[in-house]
Amino acid sequence: MLGIVIGVAAVVCMVSVGAGAQAEVSEKIRTLGANLLLVIPGARNSAGARLESGTQPTLTEEDAASIRRELVDAQVAAPLLSRSMPLVAANRNWVTLVAGINADYLVAREWQVANGRSFTGEEIASGAKVAIVGSVIIEELFDGRAGIGETFRIGNVPFTVIGVLDKKGLGAAGRSQDDVVFIPLSTAQSRVLGAVRGTTRQALDFISIKVSDAAAMPEMEREIEALLRQRHRIRGDAPSDFRIENPADVLIARGAAVRTLGILLIAVATVSLVVGGISIMNIMLVSVSERTREIGLRMAVGASRRDIRRQFLIEALILALIGGLMGAALGAAAAVAIAWKAGWPILISPWAVILACGFAGFVGISFGLYPAHRAARLDPIVALRFE
Amino acid sequence: MPPLVRTIGISKHYPSGGTIIHAVSNVSLSIEHGEFVAIHGRSGSGKSTLMNLLGLLERPDSGEYALKGREAARLSEDTRAAIRRKDIGFIFQLPALLPRATALENVELPLVYAGVPRAERRRTAKDALDHVGLADRSHHWPNQLSGGEQQRVVIARAMVNDPALILADEPTGSLDSSTSDEIMSLFEGLHRGGHTIIMVTHAAEVADRARRQITLHDGRIIEDAVASGKRSLLNAIPLASPP
Ligand SMILES: Nc1ncnc2c1ncn2[C@@H]1O[C@H](COP(=O)(O)OP(=O)(O)O)[C@@H](O)[C@H]1O
Ligand SMILES: [Mg+2]
Repeated sequence: MLGIVIGVAAVVCMVSVGAGAQAEVSEKIRTLGANLLLVIPGARNSAGARLESGTQPTLTEEDAASIRRELVDAQVAAPLLSRSMPLVAANRNWVTLVAGINADYLVAREWQVANGRSFTGEEIASGAKVAIVGSVIIEELFDGRAGIGETFRIGNVPFTVIGVLDKKGLGAAGRSQDDVVFIPLSTAQSRVLGAVRGTTRQALDFISIKVSDAAAMPEMEREIEALLRQRHRIRGDAPSDFRIENPADVLIARGAAVRTLGILLIAVATVSLVVGGISIMNIMLVSVSERTREIGLRMAVGASRRDIRRQFLIEALILALIGGLMGAALGAAAAVAIAWKAGWPILISPWAVILACGFAGFVGISFGLYPAHRAARLDPIVALRFE
Repeated sequence: MPPLVRTIGISKHYPSGGTIIHAVSNVSLSIEHGEFVAIHGRSGSGKSTLMNLLGLLERPDSGEYALKGREAARLSEDTRAAIRRKDIGFIFQLPALLPRATALENVELPLVYAGVPRAERRRTAKDALDHVGLADRSHHWPNQLSGGEQQRVVIARAMVNDPALILADEPTGSLDSSTSDEIMSLFEGLHRGGHTIIMVTHAAEVADRARRQITLHDGRIIEDAVASGKRSLLNAIPLASPP
């Protein structure tokens, strides 16, 4: 019984968690923007760990510009510099991620300005004190007012809101992507982030590259690598002082990890269902021997062997289905808990429940066959004499 | 019309330890429709075995058996089950009820296996319970009924499918004398209603209430007598010794 419960729970949990994880991965890939590559400063050693590259700026706006200029498949190459900063509005405080960008970044992320407008070339070039904010900022600083034209301070630099972004929801790190303030990169470098970092103003956090065609992505990774190694004068087999990531790949890998977990759960489910089947067989064998006289009576009043067999098969089936339903409830609860912890959408597939109960029923019938056969084969006389 | 029951030299033996017990040997008898027959004899004389043979629960090792003129000694298990379902009503010694079924459900059982639709089944079973005077006990569990009441439920179950032959094995075996008197009156009522009854008993005063008495000894018939009306007279006749 317990085996059936666990087995069915594992199946329901696995299918639901798998579906939820899959939905979340594809949703995140969608909100990421299609065909996105990131160039991140700092090298990786052979084990894949990040090597800090000291205080040397490894990635600059110039690098981004040259990627855009020299590689035809780079639709945009958007520099970004960011830091967590306190914001102050009239009577509100809020700490958020402040990122210096140019308009290309929103193109790379396929991120629309829902209300207001994006940065002009003039604002980018002159280091204007204007900001585009995510919906969370509107809630936290401006109590949900439209926000356009309102002012707030980052540190002690005043900014004016010119645009509000479309909602994107949770990002890959499980943090809201809408809890963000974008300001022109030049402003960030000269007035807000460059100064407090203690690094030179040119240092970037990463460059986002939107590739024109998904098929060109691997080729693009190689070309960016070659271009930047050349620009950074890295020779021979010396390690690069940057790395290139495909964030969609990272998410897909996470999806694959969930699938691996799923396979593990299938193994658990199989073992549990077999164990459950054996325990059902045991229960039924005990029941048949305890009810030997009853079987004899039933035969005496006209039950055929088939009637007796059917009766015990149905009992085994009911036993298994009760276990199955308990397991389905348990599995659904576990899936909800996992989804809630991981911040995934909760998707309890009714098919998973039907499938799992189907398995349970199948196990019940298969392991009920032998006890039912034993019951049906009893000699009515022997059965009636049984005390 | 052929007799309802006709056996020619049927025998049943069981291996026991090293020897063979001839529980029923070479029994020939014929019972007509509407008879009320008592099979009488000491414990171990083969009464139950004969009854199980007649009720198609047991297969004879040799001999012929025809029920309603139809060969019945060498049928498959399923055919025998079908005949039991249709033509035979069994009354066993207690406990003969399913403990996890109500009185009504117990009475319904033969109809369930006969494939009678639910509503009709209910109605017929209720009528049968009514007939034995237990209409108000329909939804009681067996352990909520007295021994006499339980036995009446068993009788209702045996007659619910209107069988050609009612077989009762020690129906009063575990009952006190006044209760067993009630049960015997019920049998007499069934007999008057046209039912054919074969009743096994080791108690002479119970056997005396049947019209015809067959006496078994060591698996053989040693006497087969029809009461002339005066029971006391019949009791006075000494048993013939077996040949
Ligand atoms: N299934 C059986 N296996 C072995 N011996 C049996 C079996 N049934 C009956 N007997 C033996 O056959 C004899 C007749 O038994 P039974 O017909 O039950 O007698 P009665 O009902 O007259 O007391 C007894 O000696 C009994 O022990
Ligand atoms: Mg007996």
